[in-house]
Amino acid sequence: MGADYQYDNQTVKGFIVSSIFWGVVGIVIGLWISVQMWAPSWNIPPYFTYGRLRVVHTNGLAFGLGLGAIFGIFYYMVMRLCKRPLLFPKLARYHLYIFNAAIALAALSLFAGMNQSLEYAELEWPLDIGVVIMWVIFAINIMGTIIKRKEEQMYISLWFIIATVVAVAILYIVNNLSIPVTLTKSYHLFAGVNSANVEWWYAHNAVGFVFTTPILAMFYYFLPKSTGIPIYSHRLSIISFWSLVFAYLWTGAHHLVYTPLPDWIQTLGIVFTMFLIAPSWGSVVNGYYTVAADWSKMRTHYLTKFFILGITFYGLQTIQGPTQGLRVVSQLIHYTDWVPGHVHMGTMGWVTMTAAAAVYYVIPKIYNTQIYSEKIANTHFWLVLIGQLIFSITMWITGIQQGALWKVTNPDGSLAYTFMEGLVKNYPYWQMRTLGGVIFTVGMLFFIYNIYMTMKRGSLASSRA
Amino acid sequence: MAGEIYKKPILFAIVSAVVILIGTIVTMFIPMLTPQMHPKLENLKPYTPLQLVGRDVYMSEGCHYCHTQTVRPLKTEVMRYGEYSKAGEFAYDHPFLWGSKRTGPDLARIGGKYPDAWHYGHFEDPQKFFADSNMPKYGWLKDYPIDPAEAEASVKALGFPYTKADIEALKGKNKLDALVAYMQVLGTAVAKKPAAAMPVSMGDKKNPLAGNATAIATGKKLYDANCASCHGADGKGGIGPSVVDNVWLYKEGDVSDGFIYIIIAEGTSPAREIEGRTAKGGMPPYSAMFDQDKIWSMTAYIRSIQNK
Repeated sequence: MGADYQYDNQTVKGFIVSSIFWGVVGIVIGLWISVQMWAPSWNIPPYFTYGRLRVVHTNGLAFGLGLGAIFGIFYYMVMRLCKRPLLFPKLARYHLYIFNAAIALAALSLFAGMNQSLEYAELEWPLDIGVVIMWVIFAINIMGTIIKRKEEQMYISLWFIIATVVAVAILYIVNNLSIPVTLTKSYHLFAGVNSANVEWWYAHNAVGFVFTTPILAMFYYFLPKSTGIPIYSHRLSIISFWSLVFAYLWTGAHHLVYTPLPDWIQTLGIVFTMFLIAPSWGSVVNGYYTVAADWSKMRTHYLTKFFILGITFYGLQTIQGPTQGLRVVSQLIHYTDWVPGHVHMGTMGWVTMTAAAAVYYVIPKIYNTQIYSEKIANTHFWLVLIGQLIFSITMWITGIQQGALWKVTNPDGSLAYTFMEGLVKNYPYWQMRTLGGVIFTVGMLFFIYNIYMTMKRGSLASSRA
Repeated sequence: MAGEIYKKPILFAIVSAVVILIGTIVTMFIPMLTPQMHPKLENLKPYTPLQLVGRDVYMSEGCHYCHTQTVRPLKTEVMRYGEYSKAGEFAYDHPFLWGSKRTGPDLARIGGKYPDAWHYGHFEDPQKFFADSNMPKYGWLKDYPIDPAEAEASVKALGFPYTKADIEALKGKNKLDALVAYMQVLGTAVAKKPAAAMPVSMGDKKNPLAGNATAIATGKKLYDANCASCHGADGKGGIGPSVVDNVWLYKEGDVSDGFIYIIIAEGTSPAREIEGRTAKGGMPPYSAMFDQDKIWSMTAYIRSIQNK
């Protein structure tokens, strides 16, 4: 192919660096609130109490780290899969500025207690409008570039990218419909049971279309790129893709098992959640069989293990999640620390692992150099793996314990434990969780150092195709 | 050809949107248009301006990240918290605040469980009530006065009824007042059932553990953890009345062990008659939480610290 055009690497780099910055903010706050769980004196009112910090942690990481990386890496992939520069490179640069302004304002407004109180849709309405404008800018550029592409077939990753662009737009707009009171306050347009149904339809699919489809887009692109092995089955990816994007939208109600939501919606949610195992494992199997062409890559090529461990945690996550949806399991573990354990296996084990591997691939490419140190990358790998396992496993244990203590009765049928008696038994596990978080954070610092040194030794030129 | 779709991005986007919308329409949009998603209990009332401000504080402080507001229809859950949540209780909740995690206990039935003074004291210093609690202190909310104009705008936005006097009454009140008012209305649209009480066989109303040293030691531990915050570490009272004097339900004169047992087990609902005395309310029931031995142990402990 001709080398008569250039890729815009500045924007890609800008998003990756911003993403890392917000990642550090979000992780530090994560450590802080993990300490608050067992040491309430770490609450500093009014701005730094648990209730205000937790939401900065979740938003900072989901949207600052997560979306930032997704934007940057999407632009990188789209340019290469379409064999052309972005249709509107200037617009992409504005996108980067708006993104950072939005995350900064989000963090400040959440510290200030401006909270719509819808999980993962906490931002107040003026910011919501800003986010929608940003998404439209992003969508125009992505879709425009794909329409004007120089490659006839759209590769799998582009399907996941298009689905992400479409789904997030629908989800975000519907759930954020609200009745404004002042510039900094509004009420959900929907009320009660209906409000719950809309919110969890949104929130579960925010997981689906921020933590799943974009990361699968990266997985399907970077695994073959970095190992040199083509994806095992094209047909399997077609089936997985369509069944995944079809089934996901039915499943939000598994977050509302045993609540006053109509039973049929709960049951339908549970059934589709069980079904979701199939398309999820379609991608897992596809990943395994791809690397099965040459398992020695796990040893010889440092990035392969990131992708394989990442997809393994995706596989475990998509077995564990549906299991949690079952009524008999839900009644034991719902509302306990089991759930944060589950969430963090996905975010630390699958999303961050895969996105970090994508960044390890992208940064040397756009800086025309090699990775600074594979050794440091390996250290990073083991630390984040161990940190995440400590986090998840301690939370699963204490979650089951909590759920059980809430249910245990005496021989005469009275409750065996007061709420406080159950609570204090969490403290050792919560302390271990903080330790897991510290180990994970140290791992991420190795990653950041490695990326920084790689940037320093390379030079960011608009690379030739 | 089905394969054509992978060459046509606009068509691909449209087909994706349709596929995404099927589940959305069936499980979300259609139910929304039916009455099953908009139930309302007959005696459910919209929030007053003060309660609504309290609810805003609850949202703003992220209380819903640690407390749920929905009691599941599970036996032990109903025993611990009270009647399970009904769909019709939340018609005025924009948004719902059911939450997703119980770092602290469920609050769906907190309204009327404790007197206001308990809430003020507990918000001020949760560790004074439960030494090992990890709840942050919220006494600082007292320094934030309510803005009546904003409160009025809020009730107006939601179309809740209010009077000028309601708004006037907000002057001089602070955000902690509002939060306590919100706590006290939570879950009150459903009548409290004393049904949480276990079947109590009072027998001859004599304490089988009276004077038993082990029972008194157990009783002291239970008292310190669960009763001292209201009745005082020494039993001389505070938020609740003294348990060491000889006044029981506002009337001088000794009572039977069974009387003390019933009060601990079933609490004091207003106007309830027990052995010729009339309760005024304020004490929550503990029968679901403690078996008979534990309640008799507490009774024995209270007897042991009484001024003879």
